[in-house]
Amino acid sequence: MNNNPLFAVAAVYDNPDKIISAVTKIANSGYRKFDVNTPYPLHGMDGAMKLKSSKLGFITLFFGLMGAATALLLAWWTLSVDYPLIIGGKPFFALPAFIPVTFELTVLLATVSTVICMLTFFFRFPANSYPIHDTQYMKDVSGDKFGVYVEAADSRFDLTELTILFNETGAVRIDQIYLPAKEVYPLFQPKFLWFLFSVFVITSIITYFSLNKLMYMEPFDWMADQQKQSVQKMSAFYSDEFGMRTPVKGTVARGFIPYKYLGQAVPADTMKNPLPPTSSVLELGKKKFLTFCSPCHGNFADGDSRLRGQFVNPPSLHTNRARTMTDGFIYHIITNGQNAMPSYSSQVTREERWSIINYLRVLQKAKNASDADLKMAKKESVSDGK
Amino acid sequence: MENNLLRYSNKALPKRINAAGFILMISGFSFGIIAYFYDAQRALQNYLIMYLFLISIGVGSLFLIALEYIVNAEWSVPIRRIIEFLASLIPYLIVLALPLLIKLNIIFEWTHIAVVRDDKVLFDKSPYLNITFFVVRAVVFLLIWNLFYWLITRNSLKQDTSGDQALTKRNIKLSAVFIPCFAITITFTAIDWLMSLEPHWFSTIFGIYFFSGTIVAALSAVTLIVVLLKENNYLHPKIIDDHLYSLGALLFGFVNFWGYIAFAQYLLIWYADVPEENFWFMHRWQNGWWIVSLLLIITHFVVPYIVLLSQPAKMDHKKLKFSAALLLCAHILDLFWIVMPSSQNSSFSISWIDFVFPVAGIGIVILAFSYKAKRENLLPVGDPKLERGLNFHL
Repeated sequence: MNNNPLFAVAAVYDNPDKIISAVTKIANSGYRKFDVNTPYPLHGMDGAMKLKSSKLGFITLFFGLMGAATALLLAWWTLSVDYPLIIGGKPFFALPAFIPVTFELTVLLATVSTVICMLTFFFRFPANSYPIHDTQYMKDVSGDKFGVYVEAADSRFDLTELTILFNETGAVRIDQIYLPAKEVYPLFQPKFLWFLFSVFVITSIITYFSLNKLMYMEPFDWMADQQKQSVQKMSAFYSDEFGMRTPVKGTVARGFIPYKYLGQAVPADTMKNPLPPTSSVLELGKKKFLTFCSPCHGNFADGDSRLRGQFVNPPSLHTNRARTMTDGFIYHIITNGQNAMPSYSSQVTREERWSIINYLRVLQKAKNASDADLKMAKKESVSDGK
Repeated sequence: MENNLLRYSNKALPKRINAAGFILMISGFSFGIIAYFYDAQRALQNYLIMYLFLISIGVGSLFLIALEYIVNAEWSVPIRRIIEFLASLIPYLIVLALPLLIKLNIIFEWTHIAVVRDDKVLFDKSPYLNITFFVVRAVVFLLIWNLFYWLITRNSLKQDTSGDQALTKRNIKLSAVFIPCFAITITFTAIDWLMSLEPHWFSTIFGIYFFSGTIVAALSAVTLIVVLLKENNYLHPKIIDDHLYSLGALLFGFVNFWGYIAFAQYLLIWYADVPEENFWFMHRWQNGWWIVSLLLIITHFVVPYIVLLSQPAKMDHKKLKFSAALLLCAHILDLFWIVMPSSQNSSFSISWIDFVFPVAGIGIVILAFSYKAKRENLLPVGDPKLERGLNFHL
């Protein structure tokens, strides 16, 4: 009647006690590849089947510990090491606050990984069919019967012995289940491809019309479109239609005191350089000097830049006048401008100006060093070199 | 089957158990009296610890019985008598409450009229926290517990001879009434006897905290006794490891529940860090008390959790005995941790007085148990669910 190889022999019982005694006998006879299908869990079945306790618990334990470790490390790294934040005056590593997250992640990872591992390793996902599916046996055990089947692949498999055993234990029916014929479907049938294509077209059209025409809603742009004047935009409110307004005269920026001697030829007061000539200050001064001062005054302040001859000739800063100028006066010149030199107050900050002055002093000293200076420098280089 | 039932229904416990209980109780109490004259406050605080420990085991056991009836459990029927014997502590609680009720003023700050008058908070709480109302509540709760204990165990005992199934139904109804009563009484017991030791403090979860400890203690006592009786062949042979597994699983569950509730209480107070609340935990951390706090977490949660985590461990006699005994000690430690730091400026110290009363308490439990075991069947032979309970398999 069936040319396919035998998969299993199955027996159906009508009462739980009978099946437990039958299963006990099967297990005692040494069969290993057999399984039981009952409409509800039977107490004592695990023992009768001689099932070893499942290894699934170890997977749960492992992933639970992984979840706990992940949560703790994440909280520790983000909140205590990488971006320490003070929250509610608690320490950076506030363990009690991390415990709820740890608990949740432990439970989440343990349960989700248990289910996934159970499906993949134990149920061999994506096995979507099994020979006992779609048999009379399966229909019975999904109803009010209790069934057991022994696979032909079992090394001890003996059809006659099993049939006798099933009959002795009071089986209602004994079935032989055969492997189903292998069915092969070509993947790329024209019909199937047409179907896919039409699904694609119809879904796209429906989606486009329903989202863009039928159910179109104005996006929530309350943040982008506000009832206020944006910068560099026209204004309907002001008569000159300028959105940007000139500040009221005398307006001062927050945290900023304007330069006192602006527009004066000579500052009314002498200012002292607040920055000591440390290496970092000189580094900054050099950088800013080369950027903003050297185009006119030259890389070494000799007044020999590439602009010489094309423009009003910039002076050398090694003149006696320049060397005897106070720091405050040079600061005044940079801030206020002098003769052809414009104000540099918008290009270099106050600190940068004082740094430039410190650097300029170094240049001046280097160009006009006295014997005493050279001795000093030699002494320093020797002592540095030891 | 019938033969077996009779053989195991009433197997007398050896006399030395009764004697041991008697010696423990007498020596505990006689040293307790000496302790009272030596350091009245410490003695009474320890007496309170013992009293609440007995409430935990007695009333907690009654709750376990009610739980069995209301969920129609079968597996616990063969061991229900053991739980009932433990619940027989309830009548003694009335007598045992007397020393506390007479000497309330030694341990409770709010009993001193002068203190209450000068303290706005205590004055506002005085409509609830006053001696009359306190005593009334304590007595009413004791009467409620005794009433339900008497009704439920009487029906259970009657069934032994009559085998009347209607008695089970009556007990289910009684349990349905008892469980909400238990919830309310155990909450207010915790508030009255424990929270009011530091009357300025409040925690809305405190009742559940005590409840969780109560159930852990009752389950531990039941588990310990069941394993011991089983090992010494006092139990029906059909009470197998599968029954123990159910006990172990329940115990594991309630250990987790205790940890969850204890942490929930701590987390909110720690996070908010409001002076009205946080001083309670400060008292239990400063002055050396942090040792007890950490020990409590380890003994009441960490160790039992790890020991009972795996499935085979829940059937392992040794591990069950170990964790049950440990949890009983941990519950005493829990009460010690709540009660002792409440007295003013107390730094952590251990005295011989702290060991006297737990010994007496354990003696009382043993005496009450063996008294009942001598007179009543160890199996509820008339219970309609007994057969199914004995055939229980995982």
